Amino acid sequence: MNIVPQPNFLPVDWWALGAILALTVGTLVLLLMEFIPPRPNGNRGALVALATLGVSAYAIWNVRFDKRSLFEGMFVHDGLTVFFTLLFCAIGVVAVLFSWDYAKRTKMGQPEYYALLLCSIMGMIVMAGSNDLITIFLGLELMSLALYVMVGFRRNLLESNEAALKYFLLGAFASGFLLYGIALLYGGTGTTNLARIGDFLGDTPIGTNPLVLVGSLLVLTGFLFKVAAVPFHMWTPDAYQGAPTSVTGFMSAGAKAAGFAALLRIVMRALPTMQHDWAPLLAVIAMLTMTVGNVTALLQTNLKRMLAYSSIAHAGYILVALVAGGNEGYGAAVFYLAVYSFMNLGAFALMTMLGKGTDEPVLISDLAGVGFKKPLAGLALTLFMISLGGIPPTAGFMGKILVFNAAVKAGLIWPLVIVGVLNSVVSVFYYLRVTVAMYMREPEGEPVAWSWNVPGVVAVLITAGLTIYFGLQSQGLWIEAQRSVLGLL
Amino acid sequence: MASIPWLSFLVFFPLVAAVLLALLPKSAERSVRLWATLAAAIEFAVSLPLWWRVIPGAPGFQFEESLPWIPVIGARYHIGVDGVSGLLALLTTFMTLIAILGSWTAVEKRSKEFYALVLALQAGMLGTFFCLDLLLFYVFWEAMLIPMYLLIGVWGGQRRIYAAVKFFLYTMAGSVLMLVAILWLWQLQKATNGVPSFDLATYYALAISPDKQLWLFLAFAIAFAIKVPMFPVHTWLPDAHVEAPTTGSVILAAVLLKMGTYGFLRFAMPMFPNALIVCAPWIAWIAIIGIVYGALVAMVQPDLKKLVAYSSVSHMGFCMLGLMALNSQGLAGSTMTMLNHGVSTGALFLLVGVIYERRHTRAIADFGGLWKIIPVFSVIFLIVTLSSIGLPGTNGFIGEFLVLLGAFKTSVAWAAVASTGVILSACYMLWMFQRVVFGPVTHEENRRLGDLTIRERLVFAPLLVLIFWMGVAPQPFLDRMQPSLDRVLALVKERAVASATAAGVAPPAGLVVSPTAVATPEGEARR
Repeated sequence: MNIVPQPNFLPVDWWALGAILALTVGTLVLLLMEFIPPRPNGNRGALVALATLGVSAYAIWNVRFDKRSLFEGMFVHDGLTVFFTLLFCAIGVVAVLFSWDYAKRTKMGQPEYYALLLCSIMGMIVMAGSNDLITIFLGLELMSLALYVMVGFRRNLLESNEAALKYFLLGAFASGFLLYGIALLYGGTGTTNLARIGDFLGDTPIGTNPLVLVGSLLVLTGFLFKVAAVPFHMWTPDAYQGAPTSVTGFMSAGAKAAGFAALLRIVMRALPTMQHDWAPLLAVIAMLTMTVGNVTALLQTNLKRMLAYSSIAHAGYILVALVAGGNEGYGAAVFYLAVYSFMNLGAFALMTMLGKGTDEPVLISDLAGVGFKKPLAGLALTLFMISLGGIPPTAGFMGKILVFNAAVKAGLIWPLVIVGVLNSVVSVFYYLRVTVAMYMREPEGEPVAWSWNVPGVVAVLITAGLTIYFGLQSQGLWIEAQRSVLGLL
Repeated sequence: MASIPWLSFLVFFPLVAAVLLALLPKSAERSVRLWATLAAAIEFAVSLPLWWRVIPGAPGFQFEESLPWIPVIGARYHIGVDGVSGLLALLTTFMTLIAILGSWTAVEKRSKEFYALVLALQAGMLGTFFCLDLLLFYVFWEAMLIPMYLLIGVWGGQRRIYAAVKFFLYTMAGSVLMLVAILWLWQLQKATNGVPSFDLATYYALAISPDKQLWLFLAFAIAFAIKVPMFPVHTWLPDAHVEAPTTGSVILAAVLLKMGTYGFLRFAMPMFPNALIVCAPWIAWIAIIGIVYGALVAMVQPDLKKLVAYSSVSHMGFCMLGLMALNSQGLAGSTMTMLNHGVSTGALFLLVGVIYERRHTRAIADFGGLWKIIPVFSVIFLIVTLSSIGLPGTNGFIGEFLVLLGAFKTSVAWAAVASTGVILSACYMLWMFQRVVFGPVTHEENRRLGDLTIRERLVFAPLLVLIFWMGVAPQPFLDRMQPSLDRVLALVKERAVASATAAGVAPPAGLVVSPTAVATPEGEARR
């Protein structure tokens, strides 16, 4: 266990670890900052967090074309790591921007909030870059523990506490599954390294080795919990609804992307035959996830809860890409995660600005009349809803095209793709309800109040810009997404 | 002008105008209709050369623009125009201008947003008519829903939200299956040619085995049939029409419905000819049911707009019947009916809008004896009614006559049953006209109705000119569309034979291809 740099530890390796190192430093700085009394109107926590994320992204950007295997192959720096690290940094930046005012407004502006945010981003990066079941678990716990606290951050609110407890209990349960699965996989193959598990198993079907069979099933279950796939989705609506809006936005994008990043690497690297063996099972889960998510979302009156079910449905679409497999399927999953992150973050960024003070209107009907009272906010929210519904010319549409294209290529038209596209019709119904409220209903009583703030608006502009840009021109992102799943270490 | 991307200008000018309108300050609410009219007028003026610059009979598409869009998946920004899309684009720019001019006093609130959406819708419609790339087509096809949805939902009547959402979901439900079909085709194309492409031309050249064609054709056909709309998926149309503001109804009837028939003509028919030949009789019968059903239901409607909406179902049934006749007359008749229906039904909705604006009711029972009170309105209403019935000398006659002629060549039974639609249309239209315009004045409020204003007369004048022009001298229109339609028929035949040969089955018999071939016994043989 020698963590002192080995002779073969090159400068490029330091850069590759730069994101994690920077985030560690940033987290510590934020925690220590409490000793210096803050200025009354300052927001130094957010500033430090932004700077840290900037440095992290810069470090990874510098070595984006390098491929390195670090710590005896426990952590790898390859296309997937780079793509997801940059994505997580972007998610973090947007999350910090829309937390800027919201955290202060709802009296949770302590630096700990940002320290936990950085901590959980660090966990996400570790998950995406891990090439070993142990480090994946480490990353997962780092991310999850920080998120449990963040979900309960409004500790005076009963529903925030409830959400945190539920999320924690079910999350711990899922971690148990995962850990047990890891143990069994280790028992079955003699290693926790993904590449070596893959080599050990070779082309043998998973079913021939009961330890591996049960182990991978449990690992899969653990991740399905994390990405909120049916039937492991029960925690999602409550956690999403009860959590502070900024945290909901952050975890709906970040935690899902991280869960899928690790799952992608495991499926591609360690259990390549699993894709083949379990495609039918995953296909059923994907269809269930899409259908349950979308149909339940139809009934919601609370915007946050609706977006929670919508996020379940989106996990279903990404599972479709996973079932399809191959470079196109995995690439489509990566692409979809990126665009989903931006459009979902955008919707939540707008929601953080709804209401004044600690008051938070979250009902869809609260949005009545917003479309004409606040044309730009209405336009932006419409854009995000249209994109989430997969309607052109938005990024969500391109994501849908690529996911279903991969599935069509894999010959999964009936029933997977048909169920998927019909689900996207169902989903349009509830996304349209938001536009119905905004443009077609008059507010009863006072129109909803907004807390406009520059960082929040910047977050909306960034996400809206990317949602439109990737909708009109997805060439670059698609190439990067495909490249990220090629040549894993 | 050849160096300027003319078609792109046509597509994007309304969009730019829409954005500029939306950015106008609040104080400009009153002048916004002027700016919108100006934009639509410029658009129409720039589109006019489509009439003489698109050379009938020139092979392929003209004024093509092709730029790489998403090269990794082979999507291109590829647009072009031929005889049919040129005429439909002219119809679009013309009817949008008319619709905007006709709504000057109808839009009371949020007129800025209203006109911006109308112009954005126009951009979407023109893009759909011009595009020659499947992905681009799908993007325009679906993106177009958003402005129309908002137009119905925000400025519509009592049940506007229901109607708007229904409109959106129906169209979307149909088109997602088409999307799956497009993706499947894309994979096949890539596997065959080795290069990814969404370009329509490559799909015109792609051999698809007949059994696969059936599914693909159905996926496309359902999407288009919902848009047409064909019986029994027409139910969104009466709701949308009744609830939409006048401008929305006019554009919906005049242009949006044509997307469905145009989709058949441009995509579904030439790409899947074998499936088309198998399905044509079925679709034709469904179209005939639509003709008769639409007419019968129209007859009992108490609401003027609903009556016109059901008459649309009936008329679009004629369009579909003409297409499914699969001969030169049928296709020409169908395309003529598309244009006629656009002009006549657009005019009808405008007329209903005129009296609705004055009386705030559309119930037939609330009117009667209008002839004495507002004679100019009544005369125009009469002419438009007769054109909708298809009286010889008006535009409606040419289209329906050609459709029935084409249908007759393919199957006497089709023509016989469909002809009843002509009689029924006379029944419901004239009965409606009689109740609204003739007889004694039954409601005292109607005595104070004002006749058409100068602006309204200006709106209807060009429509009347078109009604008579297309009715008396349709040849310039037919000349422009005929070569393009013959090309579709030729494609259907060539590809039907090629696909069948490639799959090792006997080529389908009995296709009538060109005007000269019409008289051959093939038409007889099909019966």
